[in-house]
Amino acid sequence: MSQVESRGTVVIAVDRCKGCELCIPACPPAVLSMSVDQNAIGFAYPELAPGCTGCGACLLVCPDFCFAVYGYDEPVLHEEEDTACAP
Amino acid sequence: MRALMEGSEAIAEAAIAAGCRFFAGYPMTPFTELLESFAKRLPEEGGACINAESELEAIGMAWGAAATGARVATGSTGQGLSLMQESMSEITRAEIPLVVFNMARGQGDYFQATRGGGHGDYRHIVLAPIDVNEAVDITQLAFHLADQWRHPVLIYGDYLLAHTAEAVAIEPRSAESLGGPLPEKDWAVDGSLGGSGRSRNLNPIGMEKGSKGIDPDRFWRLLQEKQDRIEAAEQRFEAEHTEGAELLVVAFGTLARFARYVVRELRAEGVPVGYFRPITLWPFPGQALAEAAAGARTVACLEQNAGQMIDDVRLSLFGSGLPASSVVSIGGISTDAAGFGIGPLLDTEVVRDRIRAALEGRAVDGVLGGPIS
Amino acid sequence: MKGSMTHRMKLDTANPPAQAARQKGSFASGLQLTTDHDLCPGCGEPVALRALLDAVETLGLAQRTIGVVGIGCYTALTSMIDLDLIQALHGRAPSLATGAKRMRPDALLFTLQGDGDMVNEGLQEVIHTAARGENVTCVLLNNGVFGETGGHMTATTVIGQRTKNTLEGRDAAYHGHPILIGDLLAGLGGTSYVARGSVHDAAGVAKTRKYFERAFESQMRGEGFSFVEVLTMCPTGWFVPTKEGPGYLDEVMGSVHVTGELKVGGVLKRD
Repeated sequence: MSQVESRGTVVIAVDRCKGCELCIPACPPAVLSMSVDQNAIGFAYPELAPGCTGCGACLLVCPDFCFAVYGYDEPVLHEEEDTACAP
Repeated sequence: MRALMEGSEAIAEAAIAAGCRFFAGYPMTPFTELLESFAKRLPEEGGACINAESELEAIGMAWGAAATGARVATGSTGQGLSLMQESMSEITRAEIPLVVFNMARGQGDYFQATRGGGHGDYRHIVLAPIDVNEAVDITQLAFHLADQWRHPVLIYGDYLLAHTAEAVAIEPRSAESLGGPLPEKDWAVDGSLGGSGRSRNLNPIGMEKGSKGIDPDRFWRLLQEKQDRIEAAEQRFEAEHTEGAELLVVAFGTLARFARYVVRELRAEGVPVGYFRPITLWPFPGQALAEAAAGARTVACLEQNAGQMIDDVRLSLFGSGLPASSVVSIGGISTDAAGFGIGPLLDTEVVRDRIRAALEGRAVDGVLGGPIS
Repeated sequence: MKGSMTHRMKLDTANPPAQAARQKGSFASGLQLTTDHDLCPGCGEPVALRALLDAVETLGLAQRTIGVVGIGCYTALTSMIDLDLIQALHGRAPSLATGAKRMRPDALLFTLQGDGDMVNEGLQEVIHTAARGENVTCVLLNNGVFGETGGHMTATTVIGQRTKNTLEGRDAAYHGHPILIGDLLAGLGGTSYVARGSVHDAAGVAKTRKYFERAFESQMRGEGFSFVEVLTMCPTGWFVPTKEGPGYLDEVMGSVHVTGELKVGGVLKRD
């Protein structure tokens, strides 16, 4: 078990995402990853893991206006489970 | 108060009296003096005149200025107007009022003026003054019609109009005296509606705010309906001695002044000829022409080109009972060595000779342009 | 060999946070009517547009702004822009902006053009508008291709760049050299502010927005012609995978069309 702190978070308008993935490398704490599922228009979309800083880089680079960004007044702690998996 | 002015100067003064505050142009004979007049006078009136780097930019500057709701004009010769046609097409589609002067080199630009001139499905209102005094009136009317219909209005002049001096009186005309009150320019882009949710897009392809895509079919049908209304409402003409005329002379612009003079002279001698002049080249006054030609055996088109207006004359008389072979050309290509349209046809003796020949069914070896067809 | 990885928790991103928080950025600019558009995945143009709109909003100029839009993919974005606009022809926007500005000197006038529009079809217009010191801001979205027609060479396509009509890459000997329009305009006496930004990453977008603000401020001070060029991705037109667009933009285009401020307050910032 490890604790991860989020200083911010995002709301993602998943259904207008076109799956360009520009937000993935743009995210400084690397807490965005692409979904396995598809959205209503057939694209994978970003999902958020704990550790967002609320910096807004994703919002700046997104061509489809999919992000709203929030900064928490007090950091939020998430418990994450470390699991081993087979090769 | 009347003052002696060259056509170019008088037209610029009339435009300023009509409220024109922006002009852009590129020098070209015989249009240059009109540009000079605006360049001198507009700054004095708080307006602007820009010596554009080409006709392409001149029409673009006029487009942008007119889009803000100001009264605006541009112009050139027919050659320069060829360069402007792409923008003129879009301005028409975007329904932006604009006055465009063609100080043409002769009358070879009739098709360019009356058939839309550029790409797309449209026509401009075209007014062709006979002399400087009428040009003063027509210039003020042109700004009124442009605003009334949200449509470009072309004034078709030439070297003679631009450079003939006449005594003119130029007074601002009220909207009422020019046809009635004008609609509010609520379409004009002044920058004030940003962020309101009601901001404007003055657009030639029917693109609207808030929704993707365009609807050109609906948009252009609306434009065509407007043009149908213009066609019904704005036909203008002048006719003389049509009663009992065996031959009707049809001519436009400054060349019509020669035709009118000769017809009056011949009538005084008892020769049965009449005179008809479209003042609006579009919409062409076809019904009025058909009525004027009702008793005539021959309709003779006097135009300084290879035969362009004659198409509109024949279309107007189609079904009137007059055979197509009775609509003849007594004009033709007639230009000077400089190419400015001051040709041998601009001579009342020559015009008189050709009218008589047409009346007598006699072929004339033309000064230029060959025998009558 | 035994691998180990973290199965990361997925957080709810469908709704605003339940915890006390302040919103630091919303989906779209306050000067956007909609967020829905049909431009390709990974396109840089909506990103640049937002930077422009944010700058207008930040400066409080929305109710005195007129935009003149050229013809390219970005034309499709005009339906979402909540500013007064005039739609121009391909290449002609600087002349329209000139006429509009002369009649509305208090308005902020900007053009929105692509490289095909401005540097191919309308090169003469932008150069003369700049040389006249016309008090307007011309904006270039430069992706080095005609995106709307499907990825053809423009006047800014860099040497070696593959396009639909330079399939083996632009060859200087056969296709000629690219025009570095920002550098060209910066050299003219009538220009007050010239900058070239890029939207390949978040810092580039933030800088681009700052360039827009500085250009608009310069115009509102009446300093003369200002120019903001923005390098934008066109993965479709470049034939590169969408994810590689930002890297390609930065490395291939950005090494020729070098970003930064070129002229500030009428003074050149580079040799």
